[in-house]
Amino acid sequence: MNKKYRISSVVLLVFILAISVITSCKSGKKPPQEDQEVKIPENLTEVKEDIDQAKKIFNALPSPLESAYLIKSTGAEFNPNLLNPVSKQDSYQTRKAQAINLGIYTCDLSFASLYEQTQLLIDYMNAAKKMADGLGILEAIKKEDVDKLEENINNKEVILDVVSQTFMNSKSELEDNGQTPTASTVLVGGWIEGLYISTQLVDMKEFDGNKLVGKIIDQKLSIDILIDLLNGSKGDPSIDELILQVQKLKAVFDKIKISTGAVRPEYDQASNTTTLKSDVSTNMNAQTFTELSNVVAEIRNSFVK
Amino acid sequence: MRLTRTLSILAILVFALSSSANGQCKAFAKKECLPQLEKYTHDGNYHAAVLVEGEEAELYKTFYSDMEYRVAIVGEGKLPAVEFKVMDINKNVLYSNKEHNNATTWDFKLQSSQQLKIVVKVSSFNRPGDTPASGCVAIMFGFKVKK
Repeated sequence: MNKKYRISSVVLLVFILAISVITSCKSGKKPPQEDQEVKIPENLTEVKEDIDQAKKIFNALPSPLESAYLIKSTGAEFNPNLLNPVSKQDSYQTRKAQAINLGIYTCDLSFASLYEQTQLLIDYMNAAKKMADGLGILEAIKKEDVDKLEENINNKEVILDVVSQTFMNSKSELEDNGQTPTASTVLVGGWIEGLYISTQLVDMKEFDGNKLVGKIIDQKLSIDILIDLLNGSKGDPSIDELILQVQKLKAVFDKIKISTGAVRPEYDQASNTTTLKSDVSTNMNAQTFTELSNVVAEIRNSFVK
Repeated sequence: MRLTRTLSILAILVFALSSSANGQCKAFAKKECLPQLEKYTHDGNYHAAVLVEGEEAELYKTFYSDMEYRVAIVGEGKLPAVEFKVMDINKNVLYSNKEHNNATTWDFKLQSSQQLKIVVKVSSFNRPGDTPASGCVAIMFGFKVKK
């Protein structure tokens, strides 16, 4: 291949990528254009096919607030000792540590808000702000947000609104600034923290029929979503490290079987709500749970050290 | 040298344009999509992208049995109708807003936790020769603990 040809291939590739990004934010299938077939050099055919077939794919993990709601819905009690102490916030100096602990502190903040732990709520909001500021997303959590929490400390609706906005702003600010790997790292931190708290709250004397164990089993449904999310930033050294840790977790989740029957939607006109009915059976013995719990603790402890 | 400079400028331009589009989408999502969640608690996630006529996006998410959910999917006014379908892991369609006058929200709950796939498609104005319309489409979820 001569030099001129190589250069034009590179320019063409950059243009294809540019058009793809402009039209769909990150990845998007180009609209059908019958008369405008672009000739691509043979070695770039696969790249073109990938771009043409690509469509915007969102992998949504449970947010920290949703995780906290799930745990509370099982009747589990609040244990402040399971949260990552805010005293550690100054020790997180790298971008990866700040991103992970932004997720973790947001999750702890969600717990504190749901269990109406007012002082902890402010402390964790400030800790999350410190992580966000360290990542350069100063608009994600503003001083006004902390003030709003303090002024409405007994107004649960306002508190939950601020907490959910905090998470939304952090993630979107990072994505808007082209920091998708960092945004994914925040999500992983929050998800692992929720899983850590829930596994630690299980009383092994009441393992059988434990509602919280059921919710932990349900997290298996999100492990592939998490891996797909991280694979979107594969090649970034800190993400590659996270993928290895999450794959270790997946190996344990793979030991749990979830069998779901056909899903039947049933619409209730009175409530205007559809119930998705299905039968499900799961199996996880105490030994697998202990293994899962240990792997989660190992990952989480590596995050907060 | 000139090529390097051209590529750098192009990269900056692409980044600036995509950042600007993302920022506009976030503002749109907050203003137009978030209020549609009404009494449901917003989970804190938002997903938005600029889509063009005929373009599709997919979202994968796990939904839990102890929650009631509302999904809100809203497209900018300059876009034709935004259609969405909710499918189970076997690709069975559980809901299609096309059968409900292109409703922008759907309320549901689950007997058992499921991973669902939501396929969003911007329909077409069917105006051959025109530049396809493009605009933000936002997807948001709200939840409340099942009664």
